[in-house]
Amino acid sequence: MSINRRQVIAGTAGLAAATALGGKFGIGNALAQDGIPTFTPEEGASLRLLRWVPFVEAEEEAWNANTKAFTEATGVEVRIDQESWEDVRPKAAVAANIGSGPDMVMGWFDDAHQYPDKLLDLTDLGVALGQAHGGWYEGLEGYARRGDQFIALPLCAIGNAICYRQSHMEKAGFSEFPKDTAGFLELCKALKAQGTPAGFPHGKAVGDANNYAHWLLWSHGGQMVDDQGKVTINSPETLAAIEYAKQLYDTFIPGTESWLDINNNRAFMAGQVSLTANGVSLYYAAKNDPAMAEMAEDIRSVTLPIGPIGKSVELHQTSTLSVFNHTKYPEAAKAYLAFMYQADKMNAWIEGASAYCCQPLKAFADNPVWTSNPIHEPYSHASESLRPNGYAGPLGAASAGVMADYVLVDMFAEAVTGQRSAEEAAANAERRANRYYRV
Amino acid sequence: MSSHSIADQPSVQNRPSVLERIVQSRNGLGFLFMLPAAAFLLCFLTYPLGLGVWLGFTDTSIGRPGIFIGLENYIWLWNDSVFWLSVFNTMLYTVVASVLKFGLGLWLALILNEHMPFKNFFRAIILLPWVVPTVLSALAFWWIFDSQFSILSWVLMELGLISGPINFLGEPNNARASVIAANVWRGIPFVAISLLAGLQTIPQSLHEAAALDGATPWQRFRRITLPLLTPIIAVVMTFSVLFTFTDFQLIYVLTRGGPVNATHLMATLSFQRAIPGGQLGEGAAIAVAMIPFLLAAILFSFFGLQRRKWQQGGRD
Repeated sequence: MSINRRQVIAGTAGLAAATALGGKFGIGNALAQDGIPTFTPEEGASLRLLRWVPFVEAEEEAWNANTKAFTEATGVEVRIDQESWEDVRPKAAVAANIGSGPDMVMGWFDDAHQYPDKLLDLTDLGVALGQAHGGWYEGLEGYARRGDQFIALPLCAIGNAICYRQSHMEKAGFSEFPKDTAGFLELCKALKAQGTPAGFPHGKAVGDANNYAHWLLWSHGGQMVDDQGKVTINSPETLAAIEYAKQLYDTFIPGTESWLDINNNRAFMAGQVSLTANGVSLYYAAKNDPAMAEMAEDIRSVTLPIGPIGKSVELHQTSTLSVFNHTKYPEAAKAYLAFMYQADKMNAWIEGASAYCCQPLKAFADNPVWTSNPIHEPYSHASESLRPNGYAGPLGAASAGVMADYVLVDMFAEAVTGQRSAEEAAANAERRANRYYRV
Repeated sequence: MSSHSIADQPSVQNRPSVLERIVQSRNGLGFLFMLPAAAFLLCFLTYPLGLGVWLGFTDTSIGRPGIFIGLENYIWLWNDSVFWLSVFNTMLYTVVASVLKFGLGLWLALILNEHMPFKNFFRAIILLPWVVPTVLSALAFWWIFDSQFSILSWVLMELGLISGPINFLGEPNNARASVIAANVWRGIPFVAISLLAGLQTIPQSLHEAAALDGATPWQRFRRITLPLLTPIIAVVMTFSVLFTFTDFQLIYVLTRGGPVNATHLMATLSFQRAIPGGQLGEGAAIAVAMIPFLLAAILFSFFGLQRRKWQQGGRD
């Protein structure tokens, strides 16, 4: 019986997609609607997915509902293990190394590039999904591909944007939010002058500090490496970024050099800072708390200002889904992924995530979540403005190592706290980065 | 039974099997009894340690078996200012925290050794910081040292002693002092209770005799308590130094090595490079680099603090 049900999956999955997309094509032998291959799960298959602990409850509910629908359609049980988001990387790496543990992982950034040989080739699915749904966003696709091969599927960009208090900005004499870095510095100075300063983390905040540091660097035209993987961090552009960071730091609330990921949220919620950058969760923390209603009304969001290079570039968080090749049920895993990327499933999930997760495929950009609340708007551009870490070089152990070792975060922190001059900080970052890019 | 059957076969009468000879010999039996423990040590201590040392000589990264690269990891670390900063931090952290833990622990043990009301209650409560899981106490300290919401800053500000919050974890020296304070708070009970146990083994008659001879309390402490306590101190402080030197959780929760690596210990740096950073070889090299320091600490405790003459109140 279960075999029959399993054989039905492809059909169910395909039919759902077909209904959603208007049934333009007929179902081929091995291809369901829109040319997406179908996969028949192995007999008695069950799967384990390792994912990061959800930040938004409705996101988890939507993901689990989709998973449940998959299990109902195929009979394949999917166990979802959650790990705090910083622990996913080491856990997945160990699973990859020893060849046992979860079958699939919802990982971060360039995780997949640390152990590409241990991952199942998802090229057939990746190419087909891209073609079916308007194409992948370039930055996200970069994280999932190695050459022509998909070693993962891009899942989402977790958007980062400035969250600020409208009333505080107006009080500081600004009617609208500055669009460029120079104007932004003026705003931060004015905010400090009136006792409601800004604050961005210079501590070892995996997400927020890296987002901030990469924006500082890239907005001024600096880059860690060139397209050949040669370290080019010690450049005039980097020095300009550091000088700018120092000026901004002078306007911050004291103590940002010790901030970990949660500190900016705390300080913002307590009204100690009136401007910081974060995911949309910051807004929802205020909105969901009746005592914070007044603050929630006052919060606005905007993309980070554009620097001398003239366009919006940011790191954001990126999540990908990959399948370990030690899985006993590769077909079931691919069937699961194909199911989760069906338009109705993916849209339901993106909607559940309340603007926390930005779509990986362009066709989902018109998801109603982006227009349901003006706060969401800046987060809708995350996948577009996203640039992979280790830009402009190849992704791999080196790019991952440099970020995990906080080379860029430390460079800015060393300079803004006066421990090193801008030149020394850049030279030190160059020395440290060279270590990772030596091979 | 078996001796009968052997006796029935003259050809093997004088030649018991190897196994029998081992079982019947005192040393052989001892060896057999030690085998399980030896196997255990080999599997769970020698092998991981050996593997760690080997990894330190390779460029292994997560997901990619490495090749032997000789001393390259160590040469890189030798020239790496972050590594040397972590060595300095580890030494500072260990020395300052251990001295404070010893001083305060001994003091506490001496107080608890006196007759006072609710003695057992206090002895039990003293253990609390040691009983609470490190991560939980570290999280509590994280709030205590928060740059915006520190209760210490708040109290001092309410008292009008300071105008703004103290930057506990943001300023390098403040951060070092803060993590050391948290470690000392956590480590004192271990030292205090162990030394208290040592104090109770010192015969009361010695103190009474010295008192009758007119020795002052300081003289009794210096000439009786301290020398008789030294063997316990050596053991306790060896353990205390080892725990402190290899501390990880406190730093990881409080600062993750920040600000700008000012509180990175060798253990936290090793983790950062090996697991999130994926450079298993280099992480292992940092861990291996801890071994000489640990050995030095152990040797100092055993050969330094256990010198007989010194214990007996004499000079070298």
